[in-house]
Amino acid sequence: MHIDKDLVAASATPLVLGLLADGESYGYAIAKRVAELSDGRMEWTDGMLYPLLHRLERNGLIEASWGRSPAGRRRKHYAITPAGREALAERQAQWRVVSDALTQAWEAAARPLPGGPATAGGLA
Amino acid sequence: MDTEPSLETQIARWRDYVHRHRAIAPADVDEMEDHLRGRIADLTATGLDDDEAFLVAVKRLGRLDAVSREFAREHSERLWKQLVLLPGAPDDGASPAARRELAVVLALAVGAGLAVKLGATFWVETVLLRNVGLLVAPFLAGYLAWKRRLTGRTLGALGAAFVALGIVLNVYPFDPAGSTVALAAVHAPVVLWALVGLAYAGGRWRSADRRMDFVRFTGELAIYFALIALGSAVLVGLCFGLLGLAGIDLEPVLERWLMPFGVPGALLVAAWLVEAKQEVVENIAPVLTRVFTPLTTAMLAVSFVALIAAVGLTTVDRELLILLDAVLMLVLALLLYSISARDPLARPGLFDALQLAMVVAALAVDAVAVTAMLARIAEFGASPNKVAALGLNLLLAVHLVQSGRLTLGFCRRRRGFAALERWQTSYLPVYAVWAAVVVVLFPPLFGFS
Repeated sequence: MHIDKDLVAASATPLVLGLLADGESYGYAIAKRVAELSDGRMEWTDGMLYPLLHRLERNGLIEASWGRSPAGRRRKHYAITPAGREALAERQAQWRVVSDALTQAWEAAARPLPGGPATAGGLA
Repeated sequence: MDTEPSLETQIARWRDYVHRHRAIAPADVDEMEDHLRGRIADLTATGLDDDEAFLVAVKRLGRLDAVSREFAREHSERLWKQLVLLPGAPDDGASPAARRELAVVLALAVGAGLAVKLGATFWVETVLLRNVGLLVAPFLAGYLAWKRRLTGRTLGALGAAFVALGIVLNVYPFDPAGSTVALAAVHAPVVLWALVGLAYAGGRWRSADRRMDFVRFTGELAIYFALIALGSAVLVGLCFGLLGLAGIDLEPVLERWLMPFGVPGALLVAAWLVEAKQEVVENIAPVLTRVFTPLTTAMLAVSFVALIAAVGLTTVDRELLILLDAVLMLVLALLLYSISARDPLARPGLFDALQLAMVVAALAVDAVAVTAMLARIAEFGASPNKVAALGLNLLLAVHLVQSGRLTLGFCRRRRGFAALERWQTSYLPVYAVWAAVVVVLFPPLFGFS
């Protein structure tokens, strides 16, 4: 299944914030975790992750520090800030509303109306 | 493992290639290399050989120009000079496009010089001084408009604004000895500079990034202009001496020809130098702001103590208030320029604390000024001068308080640097609006006195 790229883009921020709320991490691990969580169906262009991380950092939602990988190379770690947690809570509330609305709309569409299509106003 | 060196070579070559994208800083390349190596390690663990793993991993990173564009959108400060270059113009300065641009700049510089020279010939000095900005700014705006290929609508709006300002400055029945005419003359350059900014932003004046670019442009223009002025002063001084020995007095020529043509010309050439990305200044800006921020803070602290100790608040006189305003404007310029020159991703550090100290010191001085002004208004009644000064100081106070709050939040890691940047760019137009009010509305409000 291919997931529309607008949908991927819209969910990227809450996804990254959600993953970092779980503990600090670095770029490749974040990308890998997203692939795992979506069974590999949410494909990111890996390079696009970094501008996103930098944007979140600039807005104070996450903060970065340089460390070392086990192999001794420079590695940039990201951790969520209190402002980031607030933003995450807000995003979660928004997504819940969207998801509820979608669920209800689809349930209504899936349930066939008794007696054929309803006429406007309805006859008593 | 004899494939190891070839993988290292491939990664080195990849780094080299990524480096050429100027939006991607070396630290970002390190970060992406770590990613690349992580991916390669995972892929080789599933049985791919180094070559295959490298190819797949690079492909997964995405098309580099798209990624670079995304970086550019996020880090416009790294690229602001590239963005203003003519598309496709090589930077060696020898292409036809670059030569045509130089010709346009020189023609406009001569045009501005001619305008000032004509003004100096036909107007008395007070009229000339009031209009000199109006004589030069359209040429500068014209250069930027030409370079940004402004649409007809924006050009029309700009032209109309210049004409309207000219009408206000010259048709209003000012009392020649009054203060509203002087206020209008002092505030007109601010309005003119906002119009130049409109041309600079290519009409996209709502964009915060373009406004910040204009702040950088202004700062670098000031530095280039000062450098050119210094060099010219040395040259002219030497020339004076030499010709003086030969019995020729250079002064009439200097006054009548060199100044009217030289100063506007230097301004346009400085604008062209900033635009043509001569990267000398780029590295100086952070150094300059770092040197002058602590010095300015010390100066503000000393003035504040002197003001409080020596004179009672109500006896602060007029010249002192004007000087204080000049100091505060300087602080503001320094603040803006250092914010525009700062790497927005750097963590809050000592310099940000110093900047906060400067803002607090400026606020203390501003509080003294506002108190003194209110006292003077209470004592002598409102005059155009006092209302204009009070308005300016209140605007400054709002700007400084919020900047201080945001800097504090940034230093305590409560906020990102972006909030501070956004505040600066969204507040700037307020000054232009205030200046326009002083130029356009004050004279009729105060009966042109």
